[in-house]
Amino acid sequence: MKIDKTYEGNFHIVGGDFSRAGEASTELKTILLNVGIEDEIVRRVAIATFEAEMNIMIYATAGILRYIISPEEIRIIAEDMGPGIEDIELAMQEGYSTAPDWVREMGWGAGMGLPNMKKNADIFRIDSVVGEGTTVEMIIKL
Amino acid sequence: MKLKEIAEILSLRPLTPVEGLEREVSGAYVGDLLSDVMANAGEGNLWITLQTHVNIVAVAVFKNLSAIVIVNGRMPDSDTMDKAVSEDIPILLTGKSAFETAGKLYQILNAQNLQG
Ligand SMILES: Nc1ncnc2c1ncn2[C@@H]1O[C@H](COP(=O)(O)OP(=O)(O)OP(=O)(O)O)[C@@H](O)[C@H]1O
Ligand SMILES: [Mg+2]
Repeated sequence: MKIDKTYEGNFHIVGGDFSRAGEASTELKTILLNVGIEDEIVRRVAIATFEAEMNIMIYATAGILRYIISPEEIRIIAEDMGPGIEDIELAMQEGYSTAPDWVREMGWGAGMGLPNMKKNADIFRIDSVVGEGTTVEMIIKL
Repeated sequence: MKLKEIAEILSLRPLTPVEGLEREVSGAYVGDLLSDVMANAGEGNLWITLQTHVNIVAVAVFKNLSAIVIVNGRMPDSDTMDKAVSEDIPILLTGKSAFETAGKLYQILNAQNLQG
């Protein structure tokens, strides 16, 4: 199905309550299905968004997840005002993680979240300033 | 193969409503690292894990997994159960280890594939 116009919106992500983790991604998934995006693309967006949402909850405590659905692409921007990432190249490596023990006990901290985002997006950008925050931008072409 | 048949053969104890047991299982994946499961589990897979935290349900939903089997006699948290019911993800328990559960399941699914 062809998308005829542009849909935009955003979700506020707040850390702390992990039982609510995934709510933004779930809502976005519903929106994409309602708009008529095909299942395989919805799946990729949902996985990438969920990883971004988790990172905000774990490392930054608060941030915003924005989405823009246009006839050509789905654009997701996850922006936080957390501690930032010192060495982005290192953070992008599979297996690198600074997740604290209590997060690892829940099964996070494999160091695979950022690589998963990159794998599921057609275009992946990450920008981070220590002490200011991190922005991840992902584009999935339609 | 139907989840119900697998549950019977492996003596898994379902914690969620029995209607969920009617779904098809395409294969299985074993893992306790959520991002690894997000990367590598396949659609319709049964997920064998010792994780009990509520986030496992979100992983199963986003990956379209058929069910979660929690091993080693562990019990899921109560909010995990609430979410599993509302999101319609079957959760089953076993006192066996991930190794035994996966080994047995591998045999069953293999035998079935050979029969065609
Ligand atoms: N938004 C962020 N703010 C600050 N640091 C971050 C952020 N996102 C990622 N990082 C850093 O990059 C590392 C790697 O992130 P990645 O998502 O790949 O793995 P992880 O979160 O450690 O584990 P997993 O995602 O597999 O559960 C993190 O451990 C953390 O140090
Ligand atoms: Mg992560």
